[in-house]
Amino acid sequence: MTDTLTANWIGVGRLEDIPRQGARAVATPRGDVALFRTQDDRVFALDDRCPHKGGPLSQGIVHGHAVTCPLHNWVIDLGSGEAAAPDRGCVRRIPVKVEAGRVLLDLDGATR
Amino acid sequence: MNMQAHERPRLVVVGNGMAGMRTVEEVLARAPGRYAITVFGAEPHPNYNRILLSPLLAGEKRFEDIVLNGLDWYEANGVELVAGERVTGVDRAARLVQGEQGTTRAYDRLLLATGSDPFVIPVPGADLPGVVTFRDLADVETMLAAARHGGGRAVVIGGGLLGLEAANGLLRNGMKVAVVHLMPTLMERQLDPVAGGMLQADLERRGLRVLTSAHTEALLGDDERGVRAVRLKDGTELAADLVVMAVGIRPSTALARQIGLACNRGVVVDDALRTSDPRVFAVGECVEHQGVTYGLVAPLWDMAKVCADHLTGTADTAFAAGVSGTRLKVTGIDMFSAGDFAGGAGTEEVVFRDPARGVHKRLVLRDDRLEGVVLYGDARDGGWYLDLLRGGEPLGALRDLVIFGQAVATAGGVVLDPAAALAELPAEAEICGCNGVCKGTILGSIAANGLTSLEGVRAHTKASASCGSCTPQVEGLLALAVGEGYAQPQGEKPLCRCTALGHDRVRREIVERELRAIPAVMAELGWTTPDGCHVCRPALNYYLLCAWPGAYRDDAQSRFVNERMHANIQKDGTYSVVPRMWGGLTSAKELRAIAEVVERYAIPTVKVTGGQRIDLLGVKREQLPSVWRDLGAAGMVSGHAYGKALRTVKTCVGSEWCRFGTQDSTSMGVALERMCWGAWCPHKVKLAVSGCPRNCAEATIKDLGVVAVESGWELHVGGNGGIKLRGTDFLCKVATAEEVLEHCGAFLQLYREEARYLERTAHWIERVGIEAVRRRVVEDAAGRKALHARFLHAQSFAQDDPWAERATAADGPVAQPFRALMPAE
Repeated sequence: MTDTLTANWIGVGRLEDIPRQGARAVATPRGDVALFRTQDDRVFALDDRCPHKGGPLSQGIVHGHAVTCPLHNWVIDLGSGEAAAPDRGCVRRIPVKVEAGRVLLDLDGATR
Repeated sequence: MNMQAHERPRLVVVGNGMAGMRTVEEVLARAPGRYAITVFGAEPHPNYNRILLSPLLAGEKRFEDIVLNGLDWYEANGVELVAGERVTGVDRAARLVQGEQGTTRAYDRLLLATGSDPFVIPVPGADLPGVVTFRDLADVETMLAAARHGGGRAVVIGGGLLGLEAANGLLRNGMKVAVVHLMPTLMERQLDPVAGGMLQADLERRGLRVLTSAHTEALLGDDERGVRAVRLKDGTELAADLVVMAVGIRPSTALARQIGLACNRGVVVDDALRTSDPRVFAVGECVEHQGVTYGLVAPLWDMAKVCADHLTGTADTAFAAGVSGTRLKVTGIDMFSAGDFAGGAGTEEVVFRDPARGVHKRLVLRDDRLEGVVLYGDARDGGWYLDLLRGGEPLGALRDLVIFGQAVATAGGVVLDPAAALAELPAEAEICGCNGVCKGTILGSIAANGLTSLEGVRAHTKASASCGSCTPQVEGLLALAVGEGYAQPQGEKPLCRCTALGHDRVRREIVERELRAIPAVMAELGWTTPDGCHVCRPALNYYLLCAWPGAYRDDAQSRFVNERMHANIQKDGTYSVVPRMWGGLTSAKELRAIAEVVERYAIPTVKVTGGQRIDLLGVKREQLPSVWRDLGAAGMVSGHAYGKALRTVKTCVGSEWCRFGTQDSTSMGVALERMCWGAWCPHKVKLAVSGCPRNCAEATIKDLGVVAVESGWELHVGGNGGIKLRGTDFLCKVATAEEVLEHCGAFLQLYREEARYLERTAHWIERVGIEAVRRRVVEDAAGRKALHARFLHAQSFAQDDPWAERATAADGPVAQPFRALMPAE
């Protein structure tokens, strides 16, 4: 993860803009980012592209700390970005934090 | 070369099949650290249950369901697996095994478990492409690939156990299948002629073509396009894209012969399963013991035990052939046979026949002892008869009632229910014939390990883990031992990995415990995950919606994307929009509105669908609310083309215009669609109405099809034009339009209440039978009216156009979920 001091945090909305057990897409200059909010109110951000066939992960069903891609049911771990076995692949993670109800992304700090 | 000194003696096993691996398991159970074990397997897979290839072919099981020892098992037990490498030689003097790819392993004890080879009859063309045997996973994959290639025709040569299971599997995969059998009746080694004839009739009813007393003369075709036909001695030619040879097996002895071990038909072994070389043992279908070879699983397990006793020196046991029973693994066909049922001098026969129920039972007795048994149509008592056969005791007082089965005979004519009969069994009664597990062992393991599931019993005892036909008894014992805590009394498959409960049980609990929200269901029924998964959440959402119409608050986050967005997601992440056109009718106003929307939003593709609607493809997510608003302004509503819901009612023009039409099918279609639209269902539902028996609306491949005749309307149900074509079953004929609506509403409500989520009407009816549906919807008038009333009640909450609720300018507040968020700075 990125160093908090050097990170370039950008506000993209409020926590309540994302439904619990749901997601929203964020249109960024570097392509769409999927912003997830899990049942336990954790927030994760991944590229909005499934490593399989590019399906929009923001439109999948969110369960536990995972999302199921709406195109072919790949299950992606929100924490690691990794596809669950037997599928193999990884989605880019984007640093995200919630401060005073605001959701902030660090688009420069993306990691694989 | 692996020549370094080992501290432990080395056991090398040639053959990673059921007999070899069972022996390894028995060795590990007796003396876990005794040997350093290496297993060579010619197939590139972990050890799987070969008996279950038939259900695998029939699509009833997946490969992971039939794996016996996964790769993790080998690792956990320190067993080295050399998979995908055939053993090509053994140097008995140097005690070295050589693999095809150069792997070499030294041994102190060698175990041959090479199994058997399918017998290929030496007719011209037997080596053509498209001719396969039925022996391993690769054969099953070849057969499935042939079936996927577009139906096609298959000929199975051999009407024994294996041939019929292959034929059934191919039939289930949509092929046209003929069985060619040399003998006058099917399965003549396991069934008497009467039962063989009944079996033939049952299989023919399922669509199998059976030719008995049929000699195969040649397989026709060429190397380029493969096999094309099977020619019989009488000149008959059967077209074939696939030929399966299933005429028998013979012990695989090539390696044993090559290295100079004594062989006849099989590898000769003594009572300790030792070959002519005292360091080399052999088990399974490759062996010959006292002139007999074996093809069933139970004696293989006995061999494994005896061989392990001698390999570990734990006991000086001797292998002795026992009586085994046979069952055919074809779902819906219940048969069992064991012992010698040829009859003849000195024997008496007790026969029970009930042709109406399709039941035939024949017992052969000699000197008041059971010698053979054939059961067809009702094989519940197979295990009990097998116990009597093996026990060899005089029947005595049992003699008069023995034909009626255990429940009647042991209670002296008082019929016990199955649970009581199971409770009555002595502890040493055998439950699982395949693995030789008796009642006492199962109950002991349940108590000692605190088991509550079938899987648990399978893992600890192997009972019901092979052919599965004793599953009801094992489940019965679980129910006896655990009572209420036992999760699956019906053996229903778990809904998903989050729960042990099946669909039907979950639905029952929702109603009985009045569970009204997804978190409540998960908490009450012990879900193992915090909030489910993409499999169970949509199912639970539907079950709750169906159980509590009007009261349940739909959970959008538990809906698949299409039902959440009310449009069909496409491969590029855009959506398709299909407005409803009642009965396939449209107007200038609607067409104009569609044309304008297409131009305004630059929608790339416009397509007429198979269900007589117009599909707008390539609409961007954020455009959806505006597209709906503009279509809504012309009076158009959601066509639900994206939902597990009523899709379309397809119609022909009917008597209003058509010179052949007998009734106004278009108006009927509109009336049906007005009644049914918006109904959420276990899966998608398609209707059609044809105005005459020419059936231009193709009503007989729909979930519910209505066909007009002069005197009224015929109703057909359970059709499906998908991956596997299924024509409808005829439900009934009614006279009036009101009756059509009432029957249709009742049928859909029955489907909504009783089918499992994602089960189409076709699969549901295949599972419960058309008769069960007819009893509820046709014969029970009061029940039908109640179902119809419940349908209308649910519809009163369902018929709100989801598009109208969300139709707005793209920047309005309800359009939120469709819009992307934007970085603020």
